[in-house]
Amino acid sequence: MSKEKLSGAEALMRSLQDEGIELVFGYPGGASLHIYDALFNQQAVQHVLVRHEQGAVHAADGYARSTGKAGVVFVTSGPGATNAITGLATAHMDSTPVIVISGQVKSHLIGTDSFQETDMIGVSRPIVKHSFLAQRAEDIPMIVKKAFHIATTGRPGPVVIDIPKDVTDPDYKFDYSYPKDIDIRSYKPVEEGHSGQIRKAAKLLLKSERPVIYSGGGVIQNDASEELTSLVKYLDFPVTNTLMGLGAYPGTDKNFLGMLGMHGTYEANMAMHNCDLILAVGARFDDRITNDPAQFALGAKKIHIDIDPASLSKIIKVDVPIVGSAKTCLDQLLNELKKNESKLDKNKIEPWRKQIKEWRKEHGLNHRMLKDASNSKKILPQHVIQSLYKETKGDAYVTSDVGQHQMFAAQYYHFDKPRRWINSGGLGTMGFGLPAAMGVQLAFPNSTVACVTGEGSIQMCIQELSTCLQYDLPIKIINLNNSSLGMVKQWQDMQYGGRLSQSTYEDSLPDFVKLTESFGHVGIKVEKPEDLESAMKKCFELKDKLVFLDIVIDEDEHVYPMLEAGMAMDSMWLDKKTKTWK
Amino acid sequence: MKRVIALLMENQPGALSRVVGLFSQRGYNIESLIVAPTEDPSLSRLTMTTEGDTQVVEQITKQLNKLIDVVKVLDLSFEEYVGRELLLIKMEFSEEAEAEVSNLGGQVLFKDDNLLNVEFVGASEELDEIVTSLAKLNPLEVVRTGLSGISSTTKTLTI
Repeated sequence: MSKEKLSGAEALMRSLQDEGIELVFGYPGGASLHIYDALFNQQAVQHVLVRHEQGAVHAADGYARSTGKAGVVFVTSGPGATNAITGLATAHMDSTPVIVISGQVKSHLIGTDSFQETDMIGVSRPIVKHSFLAQRAEDIPMIVKKAFHIATTGRPGPVVIDIPKDVTDPDYKFDYSYPKDIDIRSYKPVEEGHSGQIRKAAKLLLKSERPVIYSGGGVIQNDASEELTSLVKYLDFPVTNTLMGLGAYPGTDKNFLGMLGMHGTYEANMAMHNCDLILAVGARFDDRITNDPAQFALGAKKIHIDIDPASLSKIIKVDVPIVGSAKTCLDQLLNELKKNESKLDKNKIEPWRKQIKEWRKEHGLNHRMLKDASNSKKILPQHVIQSLYKETKGDAYVTSDVGQHQMFAAQYYHFDKPRRWINSGGLGTMGFGLPAAMGVQLAFPNSTVACVTGEGSIQMCIQELSTCLQYDLPIKIINLNNSSLGMVKQWQDMQYGGRLSQSTYEDSLPDFVKLTESFGHVGIKVEKPEDLESAMKKCFELKDKLVFLDIVIDEDEHVYPMLEAGMAMDSMWLDKKTKTWK
Repeated sequence: MKRVIALLMENQPGALSRVVGLFSQRGYNIESLIVAPTEDPSLSRLTMTTEGDTQVVEQITKQLNKLIDVVKVLDLSFEEYVGRELLLIKMEFSEEAEAEVSNLGGQVLFKDDNLLNVEFVGASEELDEIVTSLAKLNPLEVVRTGLSGISSTTKTLTI
């Protein structure tokens, strides 16, 4: 192939094409003008113009989480770059492959406090998997190749490429070629688990009488749901998913305990606390799961499969650490178990299954809520999610923001497939839901995408309603409106004597119906429980329209169960008056 | 417990800031740090001393290994190793001072009628003692490089 002469900006666009990228989210500015001109002169990569750079990164993140492919963002220097920071931190905490390409001031101006200059590499350093400063146009193809490799392999994560304006100068051209392979000597993620450790793990699994499989976002990131499901079904063991891991195992299956942790189900948390073996896969024992690590599952042996060695024994010391990808290790483990088929006694854990069933019967989600609901004149948020689930037949992509509505969605929408539940778990970023839904809808134009949000979160990136009109994105926004910052209020109710410091809006909220209409979409307000179902139906019947369903819910509702801080996983509030400990 | 970690990293702008940044961002302390390019100009070698129990230091080495710019990490505290650092001292010239320096095994690098520059090389604890002994001569300036180390086993920190 004859070599082409390209400028740095053209080489960037060509590298993205050669990497198979079709979609970029971004916002132009002075330092990225050469790049945007090169974008203009090609057709293969489509650009989505957002209204705020934070929206661009969340949209790319939503695209990445729903497709498994890297999401790409263009921002300019200075404020463009700093506006991308929250999005980068969100992607970093949840290990998603997002690549932010930031314009930078010209090389000779770096360090002089020039107009729109920010040290993007420095500012983003703690919240990226890696970053590159392109110093020569010729380096761009290799940097792009490395960036995609680093972002999408091993434990995925965001990568920043900072490009000074002179490096994209249209008048300087060089021979372009895109590298086929790369070798980074210091970066070689291990896929396969150590066979000795796999054998040890299999032995423990066969011996256990009270096992729990606890899986997290790593199983989804690594497309290992099939392997996880095969393993669970083979063993017929109970399984729980983290907030990030929902959908990795079918949510409607009998072996599924629901989510665990801070707002996990009673049975999932009780099972974790009382089990004799935990098999953790692609999860990281974070504080929203373990509660007090010193009191965490003291009677259990622990097996931990993770691609990131630094996740192993970071918080909880494990008995059998296994470094490797979830997909490969689960496959290895199943093979090892099958080799020892004669030792598998499914009846052995029957008393344990019975115990879990009893826990579920005693305090499973719903019981008290349904009792209360019959007397309620207000819409309960849990019912909204149940109505959404029914209307979408459990098959929608659901994004969420952060707070009570996020937990209700996680608890009451039962995800049967991976990559359907898109939320900011690690960083807990309000404002994530709507732009993330844009990324999902662009990736899957014919699928149903719902954004479960609250009147607090939605206002943090509401400007993206304008982007949704420009690109015809028929997202359904399910706004659980309790006129307050629900989760903050819940903590203030529970721990601060009900002193609602700065968590309510008084009468200052916008009319969301009018607001949505002014952006060219459809708004519907729902205030009575009896109107909920028909409104939900109407919302999803308007297939080609973005619909904002503003649902006034019971503002006093709390999310339960809730772990009591500083205690073990069996110490939960089950409702406003009932706790499990003395 | 004091720990000595040695590592090889890409000799590139930004690499050192990632290593140092990791410590502040995860709440670890760096007691001393010394870095220079190796005979392979694409690599730099860094030695640092830090405080922490085994679990903390294990986590530090894992996190260091995770950095893309870090090529190899060796926790020297797990091995037999030799550690040395350089101590430079400036003091007012006197015959008594010169004699004391020589007595303690130091080298005079510069002297004139007013000043003495001397060097000592040794393990950190030895240098601590030397600094204490020379305190009575009221040194004008004391500078230490921090510890550099190499293992005394066949295990090497090379690629």
